Amino acid sequence: MQYKSQAVAKPYFIAAIGLFVGQILFGLIMGLQYVMGDFLFPAIPFNIARMVHTNLLIVWLLFGFMGAAYYLIPEETENELYSPKLAIITFWIFLIAGALTIVGYLLVPYARLAEFTGNNILATMGREFLEQPLVTKIGIVIVALSFLFNICMTLLKGRKTSISLVLVLGLLGLAVFFLFSFYNPSNLVLDKYYWWWVVHLWVEGVWELILGAILAFVLIKVTGVDREVIEKWLYVIVTMTLITGIIGTGHHYYWIGTPEYWQWWGSVFSALEPIPFFMMTIFAFNMVNRRRREHPNKAAVLWALGTGVLAFLGAGVWGFLHTLAPVNYYTHGTQMTASHGHLAFYGAYVCVVITMISYAMPILRGRAANSNTAQVVEMWSFWLMSVSIVFITLFLTAAGIVQVWLQRYSDTPMAFMAVQDKAAIFYWMREGAGVIFLIGLVTYIASFFIKGETKAAA
Amino acid sequence: MGTTFTKSMARNIFYGGSVFFFLLFIALTVDTTKALPKRDNSQNITAEVERGKKVWETNNCIGCHTLLGEGAYFAPELGNVYKRRGGDEGGAEFIKEWIKMQPLNIPGRRKMPQFHLTDQELDDLVAFLKYASEINTEKWPPNIEG
Repeated sequence: MQYKSQAVAKPYFIAAIGLFVGQILFGLIMGLQYVMGDFLFPAIPFNIARMVHTNLLIVWLLFGFMGAAYYLIPEETENELYSPKLAIITFWIFLIAGALTIVGYLLVPYARLAEFTGNNILATMGREFLEQPLVTKIGIVIVALSFLFNICMTLLKGRKTSISLVLVLGLLGLAVFFLFSFYNPSNLVLDKYYWWWVVHLWVEGVWELILGAILAFVLIKVTGVDREVIEKWLYVIVTMTLITGIIGTGHHYYWIGTPEYWQWWGSVFSALEPIPFFMMTIFAFNMVNRRRREHPNKAAVLWALGTGVLAFLGAGVWGFLHTLAPVNYYTHGTQMTASHGHLAFYGAYVCVVITMISYAMPILRGRAANSNTAQVVEMWSFWLMSVSIVFITLFLTAAGIVQVWLQRYSDTPMAFMAVQDKAAIFYWMREGAGVIFLIGLVTYIASFFIKGETKAAA
Repeated sequence: MGTTFTKSMARNIFYGGSVFFFLLFIALTVDTTKALPKRDNSQNITAEVERGKKVWETNNCIGCHTLLGEGAYFAPELGNVYKRRGGDEGGAEFIKEWIKMQPLNIPGRRKMPQFHLTDQELDDLVAFLKYASEINTEKWPPNIEG
């Protein structure tokens, strides 16, 4: 690696992968509980497993983003990280706080956890994805501040590239919008309205800036295409992201008590939200086709292309499928949403973090790329995980259609639980695909331990 | 992209466009905030409802159920459960009894935990669900099954 301090990224990447494993294991537990209601009940009720599944996802992606930033920023700014020591301290604080929170979820009844952790002082818990105790939320803010301080100080004393500016803007947005998680009015409509300022403005807003910046960085490295070209693309993509995505928040404001006009704003703008994702696909393929060098790390190139394609499919196409208000009227809150969520998170954020890990980890371990054998195994893991998540998405979509048809669209609507029984076959198939996903993840981890002849560091 | 369209032009459009659309979003938010009192049933947010929302939150109900379509998709929609279970004619009793009965002893069926709620907490929770069922949701869900 070019700068010594880039090494702090390594523990972040390792922690990210470790938590990813936890996320998938809990996903498999939940998948089984969908069809075998007694499984692990009452030891791990579904609501607890789901909280662990989604919170682990968020936390490991944050670890991935932070690791990516610590790796990328020194190289982009052309100087050492402001304080590697602070980065390591922050790492341990975040990891320990995260682990304690998960242990708390699993061992303490949620209501008791709320009582012990200050929820009576400021009630913020018990809202989807924002279930963390108040102390954890404050911890996240402190970690984010220390991280941003470190990154911004590094940026200030070095070269300011467009990639680093877009990345920092995304990270700043991430921190700022998280502050809305502390606002929880008793008015349910307002609560939901601003809840989306965290959730939507993260994943369909500022996180896409982070995604774009990381992808652009890796593409410069592996293709050798001129920075001017790549950064111009990056700007155009993130422009489209925010132009469509900010007002696109409106697609969450159709049925929660907000005015009817959101059906128009939301439908029109969110129908445009696939555009930046489509551009990202074109961007990735275009740059790889115009490459000026043959980078030895083929696996990283595969992950980068995978990000482009799967983000477009999951976030773009599967989002569009149910985003128009007249469609969403029937699909809102069904397995359609779950299907979109799975492919979008995988395609956009899981893939981009692994792209970065795939590119950076060999260098952090002192070589330009892993051995051919290790790369082949890693590429197998890409295909196993990607194909199985696509099937998970298809099966959940099928379950969603069953739900819409029998429970929503029918003249003689059936009750929720009766409909769930009718969709059971799809839940079983989803669980099967989930097992393949886990095998893919184990394969991915195995690829780190495969030796073989490696190329010297670039 | 051709050479006439430069990176600095792209950057300017990015900053300009983002700021413009964020300001538009703020404007719509202000308008929504003004329009809400006619729709959001906030005149019925009593102390009971406020406590009920807390019962809802501190037992992580959203981890299985949806509320106005948002949450987990493991268990039924509860935004309209008060109406589905009889409304003012027995809705409250049904919901309270149902929660007390959990977990149901039906092998293989998805299980709802026993939350050991007090009578007061049960009443508060019902008040919250009744309030939620009276929010103007543009006729969503399509039918009473949620």
